[in-house]
Amino acid sequence: MKSAIIVFPGTNREKDMQMALEHVSGQTPSLVWHKDTSLPNCDLMVLPGGFSYGDYLRCGAMAAHSPIMKEVIDRAKKGTRLLAVCNGFQMLVETGLVPGALLHNQSLKFICKQVHLRAENTQTDFTRRFAKGQVLQVPIAHGEGNYFVNDDTLKSLQDNNQIAFRYCDEDGQATADSNPNGSIYNIAGVFNDSKTIMGMMPHPEDSVVTHANGHQGIPLFQSIVEALA
Amino acid sequence: MSQAALKQKPSTQEPAITLELAKSFGLSESEFTLVKDILGRMPTYTELGIFSVMWSEHCSYKSSRLHLKKLPTTGKCVIQGPGENAGVIDIGDGQAAVFKMESHNHPSYIEPYQGAATGVGGIMRDVFTMGARPIANLNALRFGDPSHPKTRTLVKGVVAGISGYGNCVGVPTVGGETNFHKSYNGNNLVNAMTVGLADQDKIYYARGAGVGQPIVYVGSKTGRDGIHGATMASAEFGDGNEENRPTVQVGDPFTEKLLIEACLELMQSDAIISIQDMGAAGLTSSAVEIASKGEIGVVLDLDHVPQREINMVPYEIMLSESQERMLMILKPGSENKARAIIEKWDLDFAVIGHTTDDQHLRLNMYGECWCDIPVPPLVDQAPLYDRPSVPPKAPEKIDNQAFDVSDKGLLGDLKKLIACPDLASKRWIWEQYDSLVMGETIFSPGVANTQALKSGDAALVKIPNKDKALAMSSDVTPRYVEANPFEGGKQAVAESYRNITATGATPLAITNNLNFGNPEKPEIMGQIVAALDGMGEACRALDYPIVSGNVSLYNETSGRAIQPTPTIGGVGVISDYKQAVGLAFTKEGHSIFVIGETKGHLGQSLFLREIHGMEKGDAPHVDLTAEKLNGDFIRAQILSGEISACHDVSDGGLLVAVAEMAMAGKIGCVIEHKADHAASFWFGEDQARYVVVTDNPERLKQAASVVNVPIMKLGITYGTELILDEKISVSDLTRVHERWLPDYMNNISLDNSLTAS
Repeated sequence: MKSAIIVFPGTNREKDMQMALEHVSGQTPSLVWHKDTSLPNCDLMVLPGGFSYGDYLRCGAMAAHSPIMKEVIDRAKKGTRLLAVCNGFQMLVETGLVPGALLHNQSLKFICKQVHLRAENTQTDFTRRFAKGQVLQVPIAHGEGNYFVNDDTLKSLQDNNQIAFRYCDEDGQATADSNPNGSIYNIAGVFNDSKTIMGMMPHPEDSVVTHANGHQGIPLFQSIVEALA
Repeated sequence: MSQAALKQKPSTQEPAITLELAKSFGLSESEFTLVKDILGRMPTYTELGIFSVMWSEHCSYKSSRLHLKKLPTTGKCVIQGPGENAGVIDIGDGQAAVFKMESHNHPSYIEPYQGAATGVGGIMRDVFTMGARPIANLNALRFGDPSHPKTRTLVKGVVAGISGYGNCVGVPTVGGETNFHKSYNGNNLVNAMTVGLADQDKIYYARGAGVGQPIVYVGSKTGRDGIHGATMASAEFGDGNEENRPTVQVGDPFTEKLLIEACLELMQSDAIISIQDMGAAGLTSSAVEIASKGEIGVVLDLDHVPQREINMVPYEIMLSESQERMLMILKPGSENKARAIIEKWDLDFAVIGHTTDDQHLRLNMYGECWCDIPVPPLVDQAPLYDRPSVPPKAPEKIDNQAFDVSDKGLLGDLKKLIACPDLASKRWIWEQYDSLVMGETIFSPGVANTQALKSGDAALVKIPNKDKALAMSSDVTPRYVEANPFEGGKQAVAESYRNITATGATPLAITNNLNFGNPEKPEIMGQIVAALDGMGEACRALDYPIVSGNVSLYNETSGRAIQPTPTIGGVGVISDYKQAVGLAFTKEGHSIFVIGETKGHLGQSLFLREIHGMEKGDAPHVDLTAEKLNGDFIRAQILSGEISACHDVSDGGLLVAVAEMAMAGKIGCVIEHKADHAASFWFGEDQARYVVVTDNPERLKQAASVVNVPIMKLGITYGTELILDEKISVSDLTRVHERWLPDYMNNISLDNSLTAS
């Protein structure tokens, strides 16, 4: 599986993503500078975490208009798989490829901690190696990860199985206490309607490599590798 | 705004040069006379500004330099000791760790968010200036009494500033310490440390520039922020210091991130001869530093300095502390190559001058010469004071046996201790720091439920593509230093050594950040001298040299000094991260031992302060021979796999250490040891001790007896409760431990949260 990670000024989790993808796929992802206008041939595109353009405007808003994004959006629309994590998810909602917005955390503070997620739809290229309802523990690290959609959109996300992960407790219950940032319906990640694009706030890439103390992000990357091999 | 609009000479007159003006710049009368002697004439306004910042305490170390010389700064791992932007040590494989700690105390009190943020930015620049990629940040914070009306706001602002800057730049914040004491009410401390990784053959220095080379400015534009910041950092606060707010710089972590990437990319070429970041005293100190270290002259055409505001004059440009700026000397002819890399990252790049052979600093602007100072006397004749000092008062002795556990019992006192501001969980703070970015963090801050899922006495960060890892820690016990500066100075180094050791890593070298009061007061000077003597003795005994540091004096408000706080930032290395141990109990049925001798020293203990309401007695004395012996034993046992968890015994004593290990592992224990005098045994703060856990008690006892290391069994890990005569569940302990700080920050009644369980 060939993958390409897009690097914006202020991106800072591209190495984490590179290590995780390399660990699971055995192939080194290429890093693509945002000012480039063409992408290498790849099966997976990744928008990684960080603070693109300092997040001085709305998070991800500037990056969504970087030169490379035209190509990324075109390819994504044609079906090249796109994984967007944290700041990447914020860019993704700015492009309109998935619905919603990411607001300030309810606590108004940046939060870095381990959270539990429940895999909601395990029939996708991103999640097929999870059992339905499987609970995984991965970290979050963000200040603006409070996912919001209106009621109608929430309903359509539910009806169309577009919810990828929900924040939950250790036992898989999506309680208010287990919601770290105030996201509506405890949503941590979503798909586009054809499930070729996934955006999520938590960092599965930080729970993959051998030296990480947790490894529960592995099935996510295994799913992608298996689906796109 | 066009550059042309910027280049109009302002019509305002610069003030006349008088002694009063010099004094308002922080120069004494004799220093002003010396300036005139060096120049052979009256200085210009610009020159006066330059002398005053270069000779400020902050830049010249004029009160501390004599005593700093006594510290050991060499050792087999040392590549670069103090004097450059940061210290450099050998960590094997042709790699180096580059690190330093620096204070941003005064700015953080006046403007907590920006003050703390720019402290983090400044120390990172010191490290990547040398060609090292920052891989870890730590911070040591001291705030006033929690009941002081400003404390809560300061905690909130400082933590948000560190979080906002460090997270954005993408360097993990992996460790630190936070304490509260009324002596910091008007003067909090923010000490930030950065550790970077470099290849030994790609380290850059301020020295080495030659004649006829281009001088290049890179980074953010220069504005009027932070003018005379170094002078502010060298004065006591009076009431009403908020008017100094314009001297606090404003940070831009996004530009810092770009600057890191741009500089490190440029450093992969051979374009840079010498490089210096613009930190305290901005363009002045960086230009003087490069000239002085290269024994050359510097001519700057200030018209070419990228400027953010109109009508700036040389005085402002030279003294501005605008952030995220670098000064480089390039190999002639490489300007275009360098420009292409810098501009790829959307940063300003400007050739602003060149080097000469006359050792003068000459500044031109608007077609005039504004400054012509011979550099050698500016640097070499900087004032050096042997300030009068009085030896510290002998500490009062107390009778350890006279203090018993309270009527709440041993576990009641334990609960109160682990919930007191100094020992309570700092989760509210570190959860705002991204400790995981870069993907190499093995041990993150805290005790239980930590970000990296494991914690140890030191932070542990793996080196990319290697098995080795760096252990890092920040330590000092100010109440010990106040009671007994000499022993307190020793203790700060010894605790750093223990914290690195307790993970299994070998302590290599330290950086120090010396925070004291007004050195013009003999009793403060006495603290400084004695603390440095103690520190030096410990460094020599433990083969733990000092490779970089920073001095912050005048930490006083309205005549009240802070507790002396010489913070130690330690760095060690372990060749295989998989051999490192954390502090958590890992399994039931393991034996718990204390290594090192327990005498029951209660002087200056947290037990005495929190349970008996007394801050009295001598600091615990540090037996450096025992520290070395016990430390070597612990390391050997960890590396041979005999120990499954290890925790040094410090604040709060043995029972607190055991409780923290239980909370971290969510496993209880049965304590079998019966103490003759419970309070001093369980809460005494004797040094050179570790609590360790092993599944092979006989072999550990045997190994200890061979090398004459004191060892005593305390109990066995078991169940989910901490069981002595009475018992308490580990989850209850954790709840109490976790509760104080969030309750405090949410303004929920203090008394309530301290006494309830």
